[in-house]
Amino acid sequence: MELIIIFISAAVVNNFVLAYFLGICPFIGVSNKITSAVSMGMATTFVMTITAIVSWLLFNLVLVPYDLGFLQIPSFILVIASLVQFVEMVIKKVSQSLYRALGIFLPLITTNCAILGLALFASMRSYTFPESVVFGVGAGAGFTLALTIMAGIREELELAEVPEAFKGAPITLIIAGILALAFMGFAGMI
Amino acid sequence: MKKNVTLSKEFLKGLWDINPVFRQALGLCPLLAVTVSAINGIAMGLASTFVLVSASLLISSIRKLIPPQVRIASFIVIIATFVTIVDLVMKAKFPDLSKELGPFIPLIVANCVILGRQEAFSSKNSPGRAVLDAFGIGFGFLIALFVLGSIREILGSRTILGFTVLPDSFEPWIVMILPAGAFLTLGILMGIANAYNIRKERIAKQTLMEKFKMAVAGRNVNQPEAK
Repeated sequence: MELIIIFISAAVVNNFVLAYFLGICPFIGVSNKITSAVSMGMATTFVMTITAIVSWLLFNLVLVPYDLGFLQIPSFILVIASLVQFVEMVIKKVSQSLYRALGIFLPLITTNCAILGLALFASMRSYTFPESVVFGVGAGAGFTLALTIMAGIREELELAEVPEAFKGAPITLIIAGILALAFMGFAGMI
Repeated sequence: MKKNVTLSKEFLKGLWDINPVFRQALGLCPLLAVTVSAINGIAMGLASTFVLVSASLLISSIRKLIPPQVRIASFIVIIATFVTIVDLVMKAKFPDLSKELGPFIPLIVANCVILGRQEAFSSKNSPGRAVLDAFGIGFGFLIALFVLGSIREILGSRTILGFTVLPDSFEPWIVMILPAGAFLTLGILMGIANAYNIRKERIAKQTLMEKFKMAVAGRNVNQPEAK
């Protein structure tokens, strides 16, 4: 039960993009087409789940026992950066089709603050191991959901007459604001 | 070409011409997240400026020692070190502020403005120029944080920096201190910034056209005289 609550909380109620503002760059940059939004969401969910596992192990088995809490920031960012590289290499060897589908999005994830935010939140809230993993999957699902909805709206927006000055980032931000309002409706769920 | 840029230009360009927020749409995550009040915005801006200036100074000083293949990783480690300093100092000196900003101080590491400046500027320029550039970009970011924080604080809780500025009869707009308010305010601000730039470009084009017409007209007047 506890795990289900964590999942729903991370996915919709406290959506990473629309409530915590994490991962705004890919949210604005890659939300032009539904297909690329889904690929980006999948890649991010994948990396988030692995990050949740690895960062939990690193924090609770290395940093805490040896009293190295102050090294949290550099060690997390290094682990995430090398993890993304490693995942990229493994996918390239194992499945060429998946590698082509994810393409450029994998390396981009390194600079996605949602990944580092996930690791920091999980250690701040002192989640247990299964809780961390569920939190990672939930946050990834929420990111994919927000990105796909946004891409759907922006595909329709191509046909709308947006004032010259508001094309691109400004109108995307305003839509995100309206989406955030809509997502507030989930607040009563837990 | 870079060498011709004067030192003051190096600083001033960050404030508007290449303002990280309004012109490049970078660093939006911390910008949106912490600007519930003006004071949070200032704290975040100062913390980011400190990290940016220190990292730029260090990286531009050792730019010839860093092998190009591992430069990104080196940049990240250097930035992470300075972020750790800021994080620990804030926890010790300003525990309330640190608690309010939460994970967003450690997340300065992932702020693309800082890494972007190292890659685009510090790794190619002398320490003096890099520091000026970093101060310019840092203050540009600070201004954006302060403007957004002030608007949201005034409309959302009737105060600015803790002082009440609007009368009691003004009903606070709760939406402004919610996430949705951050997106809406920034979207409108960026739209206004774009409109201003489009207008400036059009005026510049018009004056250029007028000058061209004048020159053409001037030649037409001159030609009969020459005959």
